[in-house]
Amino acid sequence: MFDYYLDLAWRSLRRSPGLTVLMVLAIGFGVAASMTTYSVFRAVSGDPIPWKSSKLFVPQIDPWGPSGRASDGEPPDALTYTDAMALMHAHRAKLQSAMYRISPSLVPEQTGQHPINVSGHAVYGEFFPMLDVPFLYGAGWSADDDAHQAPVVVISGELNRKFFGGANSVGRSLSMDGKDYRVVGVMGDWNPQPRFYDLASSANFNAIGEGVFIPFERGIAAGIYNSGNTNCYEPTKGAGFIGLQQSSCTWVSYMALLDSSAAASQYRQYLDSYAREQQQAGRFHWAPNNLLRDVPAVLDHQGVVPSDTRISLLVALGLLVVCLVNTVGLMLAKFLRRSSEIGVRRALGAPRRALYAQFLIEAGLIGAAGGALGLLLTGAGVMSVGLVFRPEIAALARLDWSLLGITMVLAVGATLLAGLYPTFRAARVQPAWQLKSN
Amino acid sequence: MSVSPILSALRRHKAGVVLIGLQIALTLAIVCNAIFIIGERIERMNRPTGIVERDLFLIQQAWVNAPSEEIEGSSQKLGAMQQEDLLALRQLADVESVAPTTSMPLLDSSWNEGIRLDPEQQQQTARVSFYLGDEQLLPTLGLRLVAGRTFTSADILHQGLRDIRQPPVVIVTKAIADLLFPHGDAVGKVVYLAGTHKPITIIGVVERLQVPGLNRWTASFAYNSVVLPIQREGFFAFYAVRAKPGRLQAAMQAAPAALYKVNPLRVFADIKTPAQSFAAIRARAYRDDIGMAILMGAVCLILLGVTAAGIVGLTSFWVGQRQHQIGIRRALGARRIDILRYFQTENLLIASGGAMVGLVLAFILNLWLIRHYEMSRMPLIYVLTGVVAVLVLGQLAVFVPARRASMVPPVVATRSV
Repeated sequence: MFDYYLDLAWRSLRRSPGLTVLMVLAIGFGVAASMTTYSVFRAVSGDPIPWKSSKLFVPQIDPWGPSGRASDGEPPDALTYTDAMALMHAHRAKLQSAMYRISPSLVPEQTGQHPINVSGHAVYGEFFPMLDVPFLYGAGWSADDDAHQAPVVVISGELNRKFFGGANSVGRSLSMDGKDYRVVGVMGDWNPQPRFYDLASSANFNAIGEGVFIPFERGIAAGIYNSGNTNCYEPTKGAGFIGLQQSSCTWVSYMALLDSSAAASQYRQYLDSYAREQQQAGRFHWAPNNLLRDVPAVLDHQGVVPSDTRISLLVALGLLVVCLVNTVGLMLAKFLRRSSEIGVRRALGAPRRALYAQFLIEAGLIGAAGGALGLLLTGAGVMSVGLVFRPEIAALARLDWSLLGITMVLAVGATLLAGLYPTFRAARVQPAWQLKSN
Repeated sequence: MSVSPILSALRRHKAGVVLIGLQIALTLAIVCNAIFIIGERIERMNRPTGIVERDLFLIQQAWVNAPSEEIEGSSQKLGAMQQEDLLALRQLADVESVAPTTSMPLLDSSWNEGIRLDPEQQQQTARVSFYLGDEQLLPTLGLRLVAGRTFTSADILHQGLRDIRQPPVVIVTKAIADLLFPHGDAVGKVVYLAGTHKPITIIGVVERLQVPGLNRWTASFAYNSVVLPIQREGFFAFYAVRAKPGRLQAAMQAAPAALYKVNPLRVFADIKTPAQSFAAIRARAYRDDIGMAILMGAVCLILLGVTAAGIVGLTSFWVGQRQHQIGIRRALGARRIDILRYFQTENLLIASGGAMVGLVLAFILNLWLIRHYEMSRMPLIYVLTGVVAVLVLGQLAVFVPARRASMVPPVVATRSV
């Protein structure tokens, strides 16, 4: 029976090619617009580390008091150097790392080549196991290296290709800001988006991954400046990087791995007791005002998904709805035009169920054709998102099997939904009337 | 023509009427808001920067072997390195003038603070962005002085990156001058920076200079720029360069090479484009807005196309369905123009109904966007234009099937089907 209905549907669609093309175009465009903007939305709203994002926490400590707080009363996003060091030394989480953004210059060994700037972070050795950073060669560094301010570096695969021709460079030396560092690890592909571990001082989305990671205390000792955001409530008292370290400016990010909600609440208690200690010591003149958010909560609070992306998706969905309303109207016209045919079939004993099957198959066929067109247009759309969205974000939009699958399911599903009312109307055609008027 | 026969005929096609009306309503609501978004973005992009943008470019660079500021005697060394660079750039044949600067309009890298009229007051009088540079900065950016004098080399302070001394004199924009001193006598008056008691005298007023910031917050003080006569001497330095008229490309080629020649141990912010033309800075600053405008424009086109096609399709169906009745009317003496008018009036009625609903939907959508995405209120003119546009669209779309209907010969009335 299915083959027969398919054949009927095919004949019917061929009988009015204009109307058919219109419906297919409407569905194709509506679905493609929605899926293209969705591909971007999906890319920027995704969880960058889904397997443990709810166990990774960002502590916030208020170093400025009530008059320095934003209108929402929250403490700043980053920590002062003093507080970050206190949390590191207390070492209350399973794994943790203070970090700050650096932008050192690398001098190639070959003469005649210009030095280049790379972005990176100064972190503690626990950073790598905490965030499951993949390694191509070697590994991160030890707590001992941290303590001894060892001149070691973890580099990206790309930097390894550029400087060492892609060979295993562990043990080789890299000249950074005029000083030699020993390569201990080469990362595999790792550029999580958004850059969840340091939202406080990085752009949320970065087309280019980080090039180098060095031990935090090495960075401080070597005077490698912070290249991320620095927020100050009052001017620094001392000069230079040391003045910044002694100031109440916030510029150090922090992340801690806490395995359970019990561990998280213990950590919260620890933060409060730390702030109370500071209050007693006279450094803070206010009651503890701390926060401990996990990564999904931080992403949400920072409003990482650009509002342009959301508005685009909404407008595209609106377009899809209009296309579907359009399809309902056209299908209604198309089905009711065949009232006499329906009358004959009903008079010959076809039950309503058979009519439902017939017309929904026709709707499904239109949906499938619209979906096929939608796939092509979505492909073209995803290729050209660079015209509309900034490169860092456009680069994240991917055409993959799941997107293609959703496109097809959306096209067929939406068209079937649009076909329900016209089918209902067609099935209600009174056979007697139709036969009489003929 | 009387509309009552049209209305009674429409009553027999409720579903079709509702569907076309709904489609027009949704189209109107979305198109109005999309065009409003486009309008807002274009307005944003058209904001003047106040500088002469032609022939201007920026070099952002840092030295690899710069001495640390904590080391004794480093500040002289850093100052000399910068002076050497400036000299090399100024000697280039295609370069008109060069100035060290800390930022540029649209660069989105800014230092913002509050200024006060009275050092004791708690609230700031105005929020401002700072530009730091030497006496060449005003001519290089092409700023127009409207009162007072510009800086001389005697005004310029040489400071390290985290040196927090304040200069005794500043130049402000007319926006600030008018805000602080509405009587137009800002020159010679005194202002204070946040948390300090040191008076700073306004010596000059420039017509306009946009702040570097691009976000919503900085837009609230978009022209509150203050130029400080400070030459920053740290491990990095930015140079604003004005090429001789029409020599921009040549100067942009020559400048990085000249700097490498002075000292090869340096890095540029972007190795691929060591010299960024101001046109490139502008394009980068507004790329999101351009993208959004393109997307909204595309959505509008598709929407209007789909809706027009839908009207053509459904009206064609109605024409086909009513062949017999049209034939009867023609046989009874109706002219072709009457048939044409019938379908056009019918469409006008449906479209008007849809537009009414759409008008309400457009404002609801706008309110929702205001609430969730910090958009501003849509002026009525957008919706009214939108209403006219969908009515015209409906008339254009209905013309094809209506003309076909008017071609139905009266003889059809005599046929049974």
